[in-house]
Amino acid sequence: MSAHPTARAESGSTRQPLSRNRSSRGERLLRFLRTPGGAVFVLLLALLAAVIAANPSFGEPGSLIRFLGRTAPIAIAAIGQYFVIASGEFDLSMGSVVTAQVIIAGNLIGQDESRAIPVLLLMLVFGAFVGFLNGCVTTLLGVPSFIVTLGTMLALLGLVMYWTGGAATGNPADSFRQIGRGGIPDVPVVEVIPYPLIILVVVAGAAFWLMRRPFGRTLLAAGDNPRAAALAGTPVWWVKTRAFMLSSLAATAAGIILVGYAGVHPSVGRGYEFTAITAVVLGGVVLGGGRGWVLSAAAGAFSLELLFTLLNFLGVQSTWRDSVQGLIIIVAVAVAAQTWQRKRRGAPPAASQVPPPQPGTAG
Amino acid sequence: MHREVLTRLTVIAATSLLALTACTTDSSIEDPPSAEAEPAATEAAPAESTDEWFDQAVYDTQDEQRSATFEGDPAQPHLQYLAGDMTDTAAFASEGAKKVCFANASISNPWRQTGWITMNEQLKALQDSGVVSEMETRDAQDDDNTQISDIDYFISEGNCDAFIISPNSTAALTPAVERACETGKPVVVFDRGVETDCATSFIHPIGGFAWGIDTAEFLSGKLQEGDKVVALRILPGVDVLEQRWAAAERLFEENGIEAVDYFTGADPTEIKKIIADELATGDVQGVWMDAGDGAVAAIEAFEDAGADLPVMTGEDELSFLRKWEETGLDAMAPVYSNFQWRTPLLALEKIFAGEEVPAEWVLPQSPITEEDRGEFLEANEGMPDGHYAKFGGEDLPGYPTVWQERQIP
Repeated sequence: MSAHPTARAESGSTRQPLSRNRSSRGERLLRFLRTPGGAVFVLLLALLAAVIAANPSFGEPGSLIRFLGRTAPIAIAAIGQYFVIASGEFDLSMGSVVTAQVIIAGNLIGQDESRAIPVLLLMLVFGAFVGFLNGCVTTLLGVPSFIVTLGTMLALLGLVMYWTGGAATGNPADSFRQIGRGGIPDVPVVEVIPYPLIILVVVAGAAFWLMRRPFGRTLLAAGDNPRAAALAGTPVWWVKTRAFMLSSLAATAAGIILVGYAGVHPSVGRGYEFTAITAVVLGGVVLGGGRGWVLSAAAGAFSLELLFTLLNFLGVQSTWRDSVQGLIIIVAVAVAAQTWQRKRRGAPPAASQVPPPQPGTAG
Repeated sequence: MHREVLTRLTVIAATSLLALTACTTDSSIEDPPSAEAEPAATEAAPAESTDEWFDQAVYDTQDEQRSATFEGDPAQPHLQYLAGDMTDTAAFASEGAKKVCFANASISNPWRQTGWITMNEQLKALQDSGVVSEMETRDAQDDDNTQISDIDYFISEGNCDAFIISPNSTAALTPAVERACETGKPVVVFDRGVETDCATSFIHPIGGFAWGIDTAEFLSGKLQEGDKVVALRILPGVDVLEQRWAAAERLFEENGIEAVDYFTGADPTEIKKIIADELATGDVQGVWMDAGDGAVAAIEAFEDAGADLPVMTGEDELSFLRKWEETGLDAMAPVYSNFQWRTPLLALEKIFAGEEVPAEWVLPQSPITEEDRGEFLEANEGMPDGHYAKFGGEDLPGYPTVWQERQIP
């Protein structure tokens, strides 16, 4: 298993000396960049260069930071989706959770600022509950997760339609919307630091930390081979259920930002699950679970948005967007699958002595 | 190893499939009608063959109608009409309260919701005066097939004395409307049209080209040649929306204004992203919208980027009128007369009394400008943001609480 640099990167463990791999920092970086999870960072930089070449004013710090700010909710959603995909499941209910949270905020907070905190708490509880439900039905009842979350998605959408009739309603108080719209003003160089970006940094940091904890390792183990993980004493159902809860909570955070950024409309959050899955896949995370780095998923989200921005600057009709997204999924999954397969076949004999596929714990 | 590949392929296939499912489900719920056959653009100017929605004859008619004089009392615009062919309804004259069957396309946007509230208040007034016994409504939720089966249900089971149909799309609903006509009972069509004139009356405001002319002339007058206008459009393929853009696009071109158009699905996230990208590319002097839903998000995008506010056209939705007043924007609000939702029931009242009604009942459609904005804001004080200023229900019994609380029936 020592031939899995990404797996090492995410667990970052040095429990085994692995002196053979303790090559220079530069070499390790290069090797990392050759994995799907590392290549996305190269792609990110290439796309950024292309966008700036197409439109130099995009490269100004003020423009860039605003781009980071408005892409933050998608990156947060991608991080949430990462947990579920890494555990070998899907969460299709994300977009509907975003929409439902946006509608909840709009209708329950209204113009009354004093309700902001209680409603915020309610939204978090609601988010966690949806994830808990998805997780329990998937793991305890053994229903495939894409059926379960498809059901949740439709149920929530129906609820939103019932509540709003499908039309926009009033926005919540402006002070609440500042979370998604505002920022720290008068910062030198970048002009402003958007609050969504700060939230993203905190979420990404927490996710990074979580993946280095035992939870992160058992999550990958459960995604790679649930039976082996269970035999090793992992409570698989609870690990996966927590992944679903993290995903729904990430959707909730995205919803809180979006209700500020965009306002209340039943179309906010539409297609978010799909965008998040695309971002995760683009980040080199393997569908089916067990492999991938959480920050690559966030980088995948930024790459995807940069790609759309680039297409936009190049004058490609936005109607092509869905086709592009579809192609990316197919290509990225195919490339990732090929790469991992090759690595596995080409793994040194030592690898076969280790109990087969448990890269998350193998370090 | 081989099994692994297979598993992966299955997963890929499943995902792609799901993605498709997700999209389909989404669009059928969120979006108004999908692409429909355009009303045959017969004599469109040959030079503009790229624009399938442009129809010079209709364009000219609507252009004239903008300044035409309407028959009837201006205090009751929902009963005004343009002089033209009238339908003789003597055969329908009869005593007693009637049952009305209403096949509605949807109530999935604030414009339709406001109209739906007004229609129900009008219904109560007519029930009190003993004209209508009840109105049975079926909501097609933006789906052609649902609406076709709704109409067929009404024909076979509804025990209806009259039909009101607000078609979801033009071509697809034509045969169903014809079947309703064949029952020999009065049929009133309003808002979007169908390709048959079998209906007793077809009620609509002047139309999309008039909207396009009003807005494009306003923007062209305020902007210089070479200025850039971003056009935000809800979705393609709906005649009333496509005609607005067809007219505006042509006028922008004639006036040397650079216009780029985007489809937004009325999603404020999308609108903000589009404006942010446009502002990153260069200055934007104007914003044109084919419907006001999301106008506030467009203005906010300029505020967020710290850019100068554009010259803009939205709609008479209160959120836009309020934001317009608050920001001191240079703007105008074209109106797709919401009060048309009252007219179908009142037309049936006339029909059952044997009075003649216009075969094509063209209602007034005049924009709100800087001068009369204050007046409309004052008149609609206390109304929610999604309310439309020209809803025209001020003389109905439930005014103003029913609209203020926005209780969707």
